[in-house]
Amino acid sequence: MTEIERLSYDVIVIGAGGAGLRAAIEAREQGKKTAIISKSLFGKAHTVMAEGGCAASMGNVNDKDNWMVHFGDTMRGGKFLNNWRMAELHAKEAPDRVWELETYGALFDRTPDGKISQRNFGGHTYPRLAHVGDRTGLELIRTLQQKIVSLQQEDLAETGDLDARIKVFAECTVTDLTKDGDRISGALAYWRESGRHLVFEAPAVILATGGIGKSFKVTSNSWEYTGDGHALALRAGASLINMEFIQFHPTGMVWPPSVKGILVTESVRGDGGVLTNSEGKRFMFDYIPDVFKGQYATTEEEADRWYTDADNNKRPPELLPRDEVARAINSEVKAGRGTPHGGVYLDVSSRLKPEVIIKKLPSMHHQFKELADVDITKEPMEVGPTCHYVMGGVEVDPDTGAASVAGLFAAGECSGGMHGSNRLGGNSLSDLLVFGRRSGAGAAAYIDSLGDQRPSISDDDVQIAARRSVAAFGDGGQEGSENPYTLHQELQQTMNDLVGIIRKQEEIQEALDRLEGLKARGEQVVVEGHRQFNPGWHLALDLRNMLLVSECVAKAAILRTESRGGHTRDDYPTMDAEWRHVLLVCTLADDGTVDVERKEQIPVREDLLDLFESDELGKYFTSAELSGRN
Amino acid sequence: MGNQEHFRVWRGDDEGGDFADYDVEVNEGEVVLDIIHRIQATQAPDLAVRWNCKAGKCGSCSAEINGRPRLLCMTRMSTLPPGEPIVVTPMRTFPVIRDLVTDVSFNYDKAREVRAFVPPEGVEPGDYRMQQVDVERSQEFRKCIECFLCQDTCHVLRDHEENKPAFAGPRFLMRVAELDMHPLDAAEEQGVNRKEAAQDEHGLGFCNITKCCTEVCPEHIKITDNALIPLKERVVDLKFDPMIRRKKRASRS
Ligand SMILES: Cc1cc2nc3c(=O)[nH]c(=O)nc-3n(C[C@H](O)[C@H](O)[C@H](O)COP(=O)(O)OP(=O)(O)OC[C@H]3O[C@@H](n4cnc5c(N)ncnc54)[C@H](O)[C@@H]3O)c2cc1C
Ligand code: SF4
Ligand code: SF4
Ligand code: FES
Repeated sequence: MTEIERLSYDVIVIGAGGAGLRAAIEAREQGKKTAIISKSLFGKAHTVMAEGGCAASMGNVNDKDNWMVHFGDTMRGGKFLNNWRMAELHAKEAPDRVWELETYGALFDRTPDGKISQRNFGGHTYPRLAHVGDRTGLELIRTLQQKIVSLQQEDLAETGDLDARIKVFAECTVTDLTKDGDRISGALAYWRESGRHLVFEAPAVILATGGIGKSFKVTSNSWEYTGDGHALALRAGASLINMEFIQFHPTGMVWPPSVKGILVTESVRGDGGVLTNSEGKRFMFDYIPDVFKGQYATTEEEADRWYTDADNNKRPPELLPRDEVARAINSEVKAGRGTPHGGVYLDVSSRLKPEVIIKKLPSMHHQFKELADVDITKEPMEVGPTCHYVMGGVEVDPDTGAASVAGLFAAGECSGGMHGSNRLGGNSLSDLLVFGRRSGAGAAAYIDSLGDQRPSISDDDVQIAARRSVAAFGDGGQEGSENPYTLHQELQQTMNDLVGIIRKQEEIQEALDRLEGLKARGEQVVVEGHRQFNPGWHLALDLRNMLLVSECVAKAAILRTESRGGHTRDDYPTMDAEWRHVLLVCTLADDGTVDVERKEQIPVREDLLDLFESDELGKYFTSAELSGRN
Repeated sequence: MGNQEHFRVWRGDDEGGDFADYDVEVNEGEVVLDIIHRIQATQAPDLAVRWNCKAGKCGSCSAEINGRPRLLCMTRMSTLPPGEPIVVTPMRTFPVIRDLVTDVSFNYDKAREVRAFVPPEGVEPGDYRMQQVDVERSQEFRKCIECFLCQDTCHVLRDHEENKPAFAGPRFLMRVAELDMHPLDAAEEQGVNRKEAAQDEHGLGFCNITKCCTEVCPEHIKITDNALIPLKERVVDLKFDPMIRRKKRASRS
């Protein structure tokens, strides 16, 4: 039996993005000894890539904004499938969470009167996104990172040890959660650098591992997005909801091939950029769906006036929620009106002065120049949809982030419910802060409730998990010799082609059959080399999670026979009010396959429903649900 | 369908290593990181490299290409001389872990030595007011993606292990400058003088403004001109002119 290092904490946070860091800050401030574990280096999590901004109804640019408007926009964006309590907490608390960042040292762009500036974004009624140029995520993560350093400096002054109460374990990957009876007892991880295992004993685990986009071929997501938190939760006995809803961002780069999928921020449209097809037509006017009729401009003149006079004009349809824009682009390309590289044009060069473009969109300017030889101040960009965000995730209690397993919490992109069937741009960064903090507090309260009844981890569990994670080195009795890179490519192609932006029954079924095959082959993966920083091995471990999570996506997608938000069925093209109040819940069966069950949503609280016109509610709710309202 | 290029990639660990040669396909528009990934997928599955965003935003993929410190994901193949072997090595200033991956913990240690932002007393969250012109100077430095290429390049650190304890390097001297220029940082009220700290604790004196750090910064931050030189000028003020020091104190209150 090999000796495995054991560490003991109150709370371990898996993930060092916005959600994880905010959760850790809260847990530490509530006096809990906290570990932050991250697959990559500190400060490199996905959050760093967020560009456009962080939504919060501070009302700095338009004082008509408030939490009720933000709540309404969020529900509309998610087609009313959202967990309304999460959407409510989010809208109410986002401003405080953004202001708090200033006390940590953040420097957002300013309004002329010195407040935090806010920009327009798709689906948001008023300018609402706090931002720093187009590098808001970098500001957010760096600020949280620096806040953690500041807490560590306090601890140093008090205890002589920087790491006394909050410690970061970077390039350390969690492979398994452990349980003591029904309760979470900790996690098993390995150092990427050495391949050595270590065990974290902790009564509370917060999952903040982000998304699953690496299962798709064209994606804006990095290698880290392998759905680890989703899979860890499933294997620990927790449930996932809304897994059929995947957001395809309308504007990813399409050329050159090696950068296909890399994001082009929505701010380009928020700041005035327009979408045109190969015939030079601003096609979005043809794609305003019924539910949004009357809320968007119908002529180019009105749309253009909106940028300078938003109170008296309707917004341009380029700023419809992402699912609508992505589908529209898809249709234009399918109809033969695409660009040479299979996208559409996104143009700011004819709309804004070069200086303004460089000031407002510096990293887009840089990105296109360096990667595509395109100067966006002079010519249009070519863009097309790219897999961007998963609305689905761990089913949690809205107030505390608690999952259905005692001691397990989740926040950020790996949790589900908040965004319903489609997330609005900018609502993720604010989600991270609001629910990161809440899950940190939830974990602290849970620990307090335990008294001295803390769970422990058995040596056997550790040894079994440790053996499983090194099985791919060939001592696991494999017969074949599958290459993890090949399997990964096949998985990405399958999900992209068969469970992508437009879906149908036969194709999803085919995907499920292929996933079955890939799962079996996954057992036969053999990796070369040794355990020190070995990417082949890392991928082999991640593959197990990607396959499980892809199965959830496909199984939920085949059951939902309607089109809504990030789930579009060619064979069921309309939204069906009978599906609005139903969640599809994934759990793991004993035989290692995914079970999906229907679950009724809790009806929306009356006072929140009162925030909408009954005409609008009628578009989403069944008449039975609305009966008794006037 | 692309053409073949010859790659020489350093492979090894802290005990030593050597170059490995790979002939690889290169297609239009690709960057060096694409080629490293192709080598991984087809010839050397255990080739170690760090990366995350593949869009120049996270600063993970730093290495040296033909001896020049660069981001692998932002170096287009078309910018390298065709037909010549492409040599990829890990950053030289930091200890190798494996292949192209180095131990950059030095930087995280230095980050923790810089005294954090001190919030102004009596200003409630939501009441922070700052003008755009006043935040812009620090904002330039906050564009830093912590790729540590400037640290890798700076001759004070490169091949000078002995200077590491005393010198924070351009990245973290810039962090001191950033906080010093933050319109609401209240360190001084707490008796912390950031300029003095730059000199006395973080080794500003080692820097002889060669600007090599600025040249390699992928974010095009003017590290030397906008952060280091102003910091040096203020240190000079402080050290040699007690009057200026008093005047500044007075004007702040
Ligand atoms: C290009 C791009 C632009 C975006 N722009 C915006 C925007 O403008 N506004 C907005 O609101 N949203 C935006 N988003 C979405 C938003 O950035 C993400 O949804 C959000 O950052 C996710 O944060 P997180 O804290 O949940 O996870 P992440 O920041 O992704 O962090 C996940 C963490 O978990 C760790 N991890 C994962 N698995 C393991 C494991 N097994 N063991 C240990 N650690 C693990 C990772 O290392 C990482 O530290 C954008 C996304 C992308 C890709
Ligand atoms: S300017 Fe200073 S910090 Fe920058 S490389 Fe030269 S000596 Fe180093
Ligand atoms: S200052 Fe520039 S070179 Fe230095 S770490 Fe930051 S981004 Fe990299
Ligand atoms: S991979 Fe993020 S900067 Fe290169």
